[in-house]
Amino acid sequence: MKFDTPATTNPIDQLKIIGKPTDRIDGPLKTTGKAPYAYERHEVVPNQAYGYVIGAAIAKGRIIAIDLADAKASPGVLAIVTAENAGTLNKGRFNTAKLLGGPEIEHYHQAIAVVVAETFEQARAAAALVKVDYARGKGRFDLAAAKDTASPPPENEFSGKPDTAVGDFAAAFTAAPVRLDATYTTPDQSHAMMEPHASIAAWQGDKLTLWTSNQMINWGKGDVARTLGIPKENVRLDSPYLGGGFGGKLFVRADAILAALGAKAAKRPVKVALARPLMANNTTHRPATIQRIRIGATRDGKITAIGHEGWSGDLPGGGPETAVNQTRMLYAAPNRMTATRLAVLDLPEGNAMRAPGEAPGLMALEVAMDEMAEKLGMDPVEFRILNDTQVDPEQPGRRFSQRRLVECLKTGAERFGWDKRAKPGSRREGRWLVGMGVAAAFRNNLLTKSAARVRLDDKGVVTVETDMTDIGTGTYTIIAQTAAETMGLPLDKVMVRLGDSDFPVSCGSGGQWGANNSTAGVYAACMKLREAVAQKLGFNTAEAVFTDGQVRAGNRSVALREAARGGEVVAEDFIEYGDLDKKYQQSTFASHFVEAAVDAFTGEIRIRRMLAICAAGRILNPKAARSQVIGAMTMGAGAALMEELAVDKRFGFFVNHDLAGYEVPVHADIPHQEVIFLDETDPMSSPMKAKGVGELGICGVGAAVANAIYNATGVRVRNYPITLDKLLDKLPDVA
Amino acid sequence: MVKVSFKVNGQARALELDTRTTLLDALREHLRLTGTKKGCDHGQCGACTVIVEGRRINSCLSLAVMHEGDSITTIEGLGTPEKMHPMQAAFVTHDGYQCGYCTPGQICSAVAVLNEIKAGVPSHVSADLTARPHVSVDEIRERMSGNICRCGAYSNIVDAITEVAGRKA
Repeated sequence: MKFDTPATTNPIDQLKIIGKPTDRIDGPLKTTGKAPYAYERHEVVPNQAYGYVIGAAIAKGRIIAIDLADAKASPGVLAIVTAENAGTLNKGRFNTAKLLGGPEIEHYHQAIAVVVAETFEQARAAAALVKVDYARGKGRFDLAAAKDTASPPPENEFSGKPDTAVGDFAAAFTAAPVRLDATYTTPDQSHAMMEPHASIAAWQGDKLTLWTSNQMINWGKGDVARTLGIPKENVRLDSPYLGGGFGGKLFVRADAILAALGAKAAKRPVKVALARPLMANNTTHRPATIQRIRIGATRDGKITAIGHEGWSGDLPGGGPETAVNQTRMLYAAPNRMTATRLAVLDLPEGNAMRAPGEAPGLMALEVAMDEMAEKLGMDPVEFRILNDTQVDPEQPGRRFSQRRLVECLKTGAERFGWDKRAKPGSRREGRWLVGMGVAAAFRNNLLTKSAARVRLDDKGVVTVETDMTDIGTGTYTIIAQTAAETMGLPLDKVMVRLGDSDFPVSCGSGGQWGANNSTAGVYAACMKLREAVAQKLGFNTAEAVFTDGQVRAGNRSVALREAARGGEVVAEDFIEYGDLDKKYQQSTFASHFVEAAVDAFTGEIRIRRMLAICAAGRILNPKAARSQVIGAMTMGAGAALMEELAVDKRFGFFVNHDLAGYEVPVHADIPHQEVIFLDETDPMSSPMKAKGVGELGICGVGAAVANAIYNATGVRVRNYPITLDKLLDKLPDVA
Repeated sequence: MVKVSFKVNGQARALELDTRTTLLDALREHLRLTGTKKGCDHGQCGACTVIVEGRRINSCLSLAVMHEGDSITTIEGLGTPEKMHPMQAAFVTHDGYQCGYCTPGQICSAVAVLNEIKAGVPSHVSADLTARPHVSVDEIRERMSGNICRCGAYSNIVDAITEVAGRKA
């Protein structure tokens, strides 16, 4: 199905099942421990051995020698794979560094060996006996020091242009009567999903099956084949449940490749999970940024010039953190510029983490907007509303398909009691200084081809098959809702099977594109199934109505299952897109409101209230969508207050590489959270009229927290995370 | 290799294990009770929480051989998809999970937390260490803070636990 004209009324608009806050259909499995994750699939193949991964102990340099003698002689050891005996390996299309290092080492904890043994305990013990001699090389580990060596990165499908300009920014900024020129920093952050990267590998002849944990099955299948140098059709990935991803499982990682190599060497199935302390340095992370923002405005608050420059670093051949991108679209201004610069660093590989670009970008931009509002003596909500745009500011002929940021801000201000916000540092409740902060949120809606197959059986059950993944997002449920709505069935007559590369290729889970595209693909397949069913039952497709398990036209009504009496009816189709995303800018919007309290004596920061108002097209399942948003708000709170991979700039690694050192929010950090979705449909996005919310939810949260802390204390911190030591010596004097 | 026997979810189980085997790996790898999750293997995340002799513990921080004769309850012992424990059902109703990986640990912890409060065990946020603690959102958040949920379902988890506590009261 090609979607190239705006959606009109279609079966989804019945909203009998779509749009309802349905409990997740996978809930009973997940809450009883019956949902199978990658490492624990004992039943898929017998005789699984255990692989234990060893990471490099230097950040850059060479392995001079590896002594495997003691490890090989250790009880239970079946095989040890290193770069020396692994055979030729290529680098995956989506990898920056090799997944098996040696003799060259590209980053700290780059995998250099996998030890395979009968048991986990034996593999771990033997791994500790592997002796490695390194020649440590000189590396670049300090973004601030490397900033001046940064250059414009090459443009790719995700990064956009390194430089953008409209009007004359420099002249307009200089001439502006009110100006802000401020620099912000965000640290390296870790996805820290609860399930470590894990895979079970089994070879049957030259065919490889990987039971794994991967967000993008088709990318993964391609990169496994490419890395191992085998045909893509010889690789199968299966990933029905993922214990979180957040971008950290978009790509094939060392667990999958080393399980495959280990299984080949040991001649039996092997399972590998990355040990938690390996994850932060071995896998990808969100790169740190330095961001300079300049805003010039008239005295009455109209922005005349806006400029955003962002610096980040990555390994040679890597990409930038695109922190400036939202600034091209979020506010009106006749004169504007952005610049993205990338330095070469020898830290572990930087890559996408939940809302790459916007998450750190808005942490800076939305604090700058708060600072500018204060300079102007304006309310920060009013300042944002005044500078709203309904068109792409770089191409004023191009409108947003939907843009209700102003309504998000107004609704939020009213719901939150924004009018009670006091002057910075002036509201006191006992020992607590209390403040409120606001930020706007922006994240694009991306359209990607997505396919599915649907089967109708003689019990009247429709089974959906697609390689789409559910990373906690609610995919199983919204896909079931889509098929049930389209086929006129109750939810319990739909089965959903996901994550198997033998199924039709979907959009996968990333970039908050999963919900809209994958359900649109299922809708397309169901519309094809309706045609096939109508034909079988002798209905005119255009007249047939599918409802309550029946197919009706005129006064004739036949049970849907009758169509499958002589055998399953199967249909497969995909959604693909025309140029509606070129003609219209498709984005999602939100406002975030936060109340924070800061201990006047100790600087301890507590978040008291959080509210998000989202405008993101049709919300397919408000319960699951709300969860996406509160989860993203939680991660945003972590980014604001605690998350930072501490860089050892001498030896080039992230020091706090486990869940004790890398702090993420816990129960005690997070208050009750409120989320409101504006009633919206976007006919430009797909037949579902939906967009995404999973990344929108984190965008701007950090800035709203920072702005609330400023309002509480009068202390502006421009270097995240905002920890109490950054406040302590600046807090107002207290008696 | 050492023999160890304990009760898991009411059933007597006898194993012969490498002494280095954690209770977590004994459950997951030897008894194939994979509902209990390995998130960090270092006692930092709570995904491996099980209830031993009525108390919740991180099963990754405990060797299996230390549990001779113990009674162990895992997520599988609380309920099944067909017959969920009230806490499991409340997690579903309140959407107190997303990816599901920390969920068994959260639920085992939550069940034990309500018992701890009932037994009068104080916490860091209990105002009076000698008075009986009451179920409140502050008590729940404090006591549940050893169970990390990176998906960030905390607000919903607290709602689920509060509902179950109310039903019990």
